[in-house]
Amino acid sequence: MAGATREPHPRELIDFVVGEARLLDEQRYEEWNALFTDEAIYWVPLVPNQPEGLDHTSHLHEDKLLRDLRIERLKSPRAFSQQPPTRSLHLLQTPTVEPRDPERPQEHRVRTVFQYVESQGDEMNTFFGVAWHRIVVDADGALRLAQKRVDLINSDAALPAVQLFV
Amino acid sequence: MAASPSNCRWTADAVRALVEPDRVHRDLYIDPELFALEQEHFFANTWNYVGHDSQVPNPGDYLRAEVAGQPLIVVRHGDGSVRVLMNRCAHKGSRLVSAPSGNTGRHFRCPYHAWTFRTDGSLLNIPVKEGYEGTGLAQCESANGVATVKNVRVYRGFVFVKLNDVGPGFEEYFGESLTSIDNMADRSPEGRLEIAGGCLRFLHQCNWKMFVENLNDTMHPMVVHESSAGTAKKMWLDKPADAPKPMAIEQFTPFVSDYRFFQDMGVRVFANGHSFSGVHFSIHSKYSAIPEYEQAMLAAYGPERTAQILSLARHNTVYYPNLTIKGAIQAIRVARPVAVDRTIVESWTFRLVGAPAELLQRTATYSRLINSPFSVVGHDDLHAYRGIQAGLHAGGNPWISLHRNHVAAEDGAPDVTAIGTSEISMRNQYRAWARYMTLTM
Repeated sequence: MAGATREPHPRELIDFVVGEARLLDEQRYEEWNALFTDEAIYWVPLVPNQPEGLDHTSHLHEDKLLRDLRIERLKSPRAFSQQPPTRSLHLLQTPTVEPRDPERPQEHRVRTVFQYVESQGDEMNTFFGVAWHRIVVDADGALRLAQKRVDLINSDAALPAVQLFV
Repeated sequence: MAASPSNCRWTADAVRALVEPDRVHRDLYIDPELFALEQEHFFANTWNYVGHDSQVPNPGDYLRAEVAGQPLIVVRHGDGSVRVLMNRCAHKGSRLVSAPSGNTGRHFRCPYHAWTFRTDGSLLNIPVKEGYEGTGLAQCESANGVATVKNVRVYRGFVFVKLNDVGPGFEEYFGESLTSIDNMADRSPEGRLEIAGGCLRFLHQCNWKMFVENLNDTMHPMVVHESSAGTAKKMWLDKPADAPKPMAIEQFTPFVSDYRFFQDMGVRVFANGHSFSGVHFSIHSKYSAIPEYEQAMLAAYGPERTAQILSLARHNTVYYPNLTIKGAIQAIRVARPVAVDRTIVESWTFRLVGAPAELLQRTATYSRLINSPFSVVGHDDLHAYRGIQAGLHAGGNPWISLHRNHVAAEDGAPDVTAIGTSEISMRNQYRAWARYMTLTM
C-alpha cells in the first residue's frame, strides 16, 4: 500500500498530537490506546535525560498490557482512589515537528511543551514538561504512536499521586 | 537535651496513656504537637537509616539526609570510613551542602563566609583569621568544627544513625531482624549490594505511621488492590496455563491472594518495633527462576547455602521506624516524615553485585509498578491512608483498634511468630513508639 511510505504534512502531525491529548481529556481511553502501535511504550522517565526504562526505574513505562490494565481499573467500582473521579486537562503549546532521528528514519518526532492538570474534588495538581511523540505511518496510511515520552520538569521531585494519563 | 516546650500539654505519662496493648489513640496520627515531640524525642532516640555506603564510594562523596527534622551529611572520609555530620556551618548555621549528593573533595567550604571543614567535621580554616584573635571563639563549640553524629553504624552497607546518646546500641536495637538485610546482601553472588536504578519520591498526605503500619498489614491487599491487582489477574485468566507470564502480571497478581494465603505467610516481631511478614513464604515466592543467576549463586555459595538464601522470600521487613526492605526483590522504602499529615516515601532499588542484569530490571519494574506516584497499587493505598487521616477527626471514638489475634502473652515478648494476618506488628510498633518517645521526656 502506498500509505506506508507517504510523507505526512507537518500540520497533520501537529493535529495528531493535539488530538491525542484531547482523547485523554475526554476520557476516550480505548480510542487513545488504539493510537499506539503494538510495540509502543508510553513512558514517563524518573530523571532528566534518562536513556532507557528497563535498568532504571521510571514513573511509567507502559506497554499495551499495562495501559489496558490502567484503563480497565478506572472502570472498576472499587478503584477507591477515584472517588470522586479525577478530571484531566492538557494545555499544549503549539507542537513543533523536529528533525528525524537518523537511527529511526521512518519515525516523525514532535515536541510539545505542556501544562497538565488533574482536578479531584477540591484539589488540583499541576505538572509541567515536554512531551515527545514518535509517530509512524502504518500500513493503512494512518498515523500511529510508536512512543510517547513525557519529560516532567520536576520528574525527580517528591510528587503527589498522578492518577490519569499525563 | 532540649526540654519540651513549657506550653506543651504532653507529659511522658500522657504520651504513654495513648498506647494500650491492643489499641492506640488517634492523637498519634493527627496531633501536630505530638509530631513535633516525635521529631525531638522519638526519631532522635531511635536508629534511623540515612543511606547506603554504595552511594558514597569515594573519599569526599556525600549525600544529604534528614533525621528528626535535622539536616545531615553522610560523607566518605579520607580514611575510608563513613561519617555523618550535621549539615550546619559552625559559624552562622548555614547548610554546608544543598545538592542531594556530590563530591566535596577534601573539605566542605561554607557557601556564605568560606569557613572550611575536613570531611570528619574538624575545622580547617577561616578567612582573615586574625579577626578572631583575643575573642572567645576558641573556647566555644564553633571552634570545634561541624557537629558530628556519634552513633553511626554501617551494616552490610546500610548506614544507620542515632542522634541522641540514649537507648540501646545498634546490635541490641535491631537484633535478629538484621537477618533480612543479610538475606538481601547474600543474594548477591559477591555478598554486595549497590544502589542503582534511581529513587522514586512519592508525597503522601498522611502521617508516616499509616505507611509504616501498612507494610505488614496483610488484611488490606485483597481489599485495597482489587481494582489494580485484581484486574491484572482477571486480564490473565483466559490465557493458556503455559503462556509465559509477563513480569508485571507475575508481580501484580499475588497482591490479591486470599486471606488464607496471608494467614499462612506468618509474621514475626522483634523488640523495638521491628517485624517481617512472610516467615514461611510470601507474595515474592513464585517469581520465575533466572537460570543464569542461579548458576552464579551456586558457583559462589554451593547448593545448600544457595537454597537457603533463595528460599527466604520475606515480604516486608520493617526496621522501625524509618526503613522497610524487601530482600527478595532488592527494593527498600524510606519514610521521611515532613509534617503530622505529610510524609515523603522514597523507594530505592539495588543491584546485586555479580548477578545478571535481569535482576536489576526485575526490581526496577517492581518499584515502578508498586511505588511510583503513578502506581495504580499506590493510588489505592494512599487513598486508604488519606481516608484515615481525615476520618480520625471524627468524634465518638478516639481509638484505633489493633485487636486482631491479640493475646496478652505477646505483650513485651522480644521475639514472637504469629499468623500472618495478626495485627501484632502494629501493636509491637506502638509499644516501641511509647518507649522511645518518652525516653528523654
